[in-house]
Amino acid sequence: MSPSVTNLRTLGAPLTGTDDRQSAANGRPAIRINELQKTFGRLVAIDQVSVDIEPGEFFMIVGPSGCGKTTLLRILAGLETATSGSIEIDTPAGSEQPENAMVFQGESIFPWMTVWNNAAYGLRMRNAPAALIKERVGHYLDRTGLTRFADYYPHQLSGGMKQRVSIARAFANDPEILLMDEPFSALDAQNKLLLQEELLRIWDEQKKTVVFITHSVDEAVYLGDRIMVMTAQPGRVKSFVRVPLPRPRNIIELQKAPEFGALVHRIWSGLREEVQRAREQEDAEAGHDSKDKE
Amino acid sequence: MSTQTIAGSPERSFALSMRARERILGIASPIVLLVFWEVAARLNFIDTRFFPAPSSVIAVMIDMLRSGELITNTLVSLRRLALGTLIGGVPALILGIAMGLNRWVRAVFDPLVAATYPIPKSAILPLALLIFGLGEGSKIFMVAIGVFFPVVINATTGVLEINRIYLDVGRNYKANRWNTFWTIALPGALPVIMTGFKLGIGIGLILIAIAEMIGAKSGLGYMIWTAWETFSVEQMYVGLFMIAIIGFVLSVLLNELERLIIPWKKD
Repeated sequence: MSPSVTNLRTLGAPLTGTDDRQSAANGRPAIRINELQKTFGRLVAIDQVSVDIEPGEFFMIVGPSGCGKTTLLRILAGLETATSGSIEIDTPAGSEQPENAMVFQGESIFPWMTVWNNAAYGLRMRNAPAALIKERVGHYLDRTGLTRFADYYPHQLSGGMKQRVSIARAFANDPEILLMDEPFSALDAQNKLLLQEELLRIWDEQKKTVVFITHSVDEAVYLGDRIMVMTAQPGRVKSFVRVPLPRPRNIIELQKAPEFGALVHRIWSGLREEVQRAREQEDAEAGHDSKDKE
Repeated sequence: MSTQTIAGSPERSFALSMRARERILGIASPIVLLVFWEVAARLNFIDTRFFPAPSSVIAVMIDMLRSGELITNTLVSLRRLALGTLIGGVPALILGIAMGLNRWVRAVFDPLVAATYPIPKSAILPLALLIFGLGEGSKIFMVAIGVFFPVVINATTGVLEINRIYLDVGRNYKANRWNTFWTIALPGALPVIMTGFKLGIGIGLILIAIAEMIGAKSGLGYMIWTAWETFSVEQMYVGLFMIAIIGFVLSVLLNELERLIIPWKKD
């Protein structure tokens, strides 16, 4: 891919105006999603999703399971193509930085590489100079508390540590945008809290644009600047919720704040009927043949 | 049984004694068999024309070691085995991984492999003699063909069984084809490929013995065959023992090699 001003993945779709266009005052959005649709055969996974994500925004996507949020992220990552609609990711002209790096759900670090080599993977793949690799990987392993474990293999690590490696790998690659697909969903509550705080600390250094998927409303409010709530299948935009909580945030302190409770409540009341609908769909499907899982 | 307790972790000492016991049994069982054999042969319980006493086999073995005959034949067989493994294994490795990574390559070669795999390899020997003649070529070819199939099949399965998420990571981090091969496909499939090599080398050892019995002038198979022609049963057993020893040593070496090149594998 040549370094162009914008990477256009246009597939041509009619424009309708039911989105939450940001004030274009501060220039170009980091990501512009326009009327995105994705179908798998007859199944409509994502429909009419349009949103502008600002540079440096911590953007959360919340929705019931099976609402196509992972598919949306995979389209952003270039691992899947949209059926119609477009995605524009703003990359500065001549930028050496990769467009995106993804933190996957579940175990995605290579079992055959040490922690260090896993974290260095993205940089190595784009032939970064050795000195840069050493500096970056060293920095993010330090940030994630993994310096001591640099020579360990993943099977010697706990689940939380493996996910830390995955985060270090994504940050070390220094992408324009970070994509996170429920990175903490497999962790226990205590580990999850630690990693959320850690992620916020690392993010605070550079304030990269983040698109973060979760099914946890609490997590969305802890981390996000703005939350996109999605409907049950087909995944559409139900609402946008701003999180006006100041940064840097302390998750423990946040839990006491009345604004936090009010926000969680507001999102939940909207999400509830979608979760219920998703459940009914699942129940109905269980009657039929079990479909292909995502 | 004594009931003394040893200081320290009781589980540990138990685990150690278990391992020690296994090892002792592993060494003892063949020795016990040999002792029974020796006794049975000396007491004429078994026909020594077919089952000569181990002591007489060992005596012949020492003679053959002295004359250099045994060592020469063993080295010749080992050389054929090594070359055949290389010539059969490397293309199998590359083809197998390509088949695992690319559905089109798989579509082309899968039926060919499936159709040729069940042919007994020993049945190809006359054809190999026809094509490669009586020299080294036909022997090495037989080993190569024996190694080829398990490796190609295991490499394909090994790659296909790699968790999809790793290939997604490779795509997301813009790994090119070359890097996908070296950093994901090969290491991801390596444990299964190793099993393929172990199987293949075992089959290669069987085939080299067969190949050397027909139209060869050296090697352990040839040695066993001439022993039949001269009715030197002890020499035959020396050949059989040697093949058994090679098989055992190779399996130990391959397990060590596996530990070395797959350090991430859990015990």
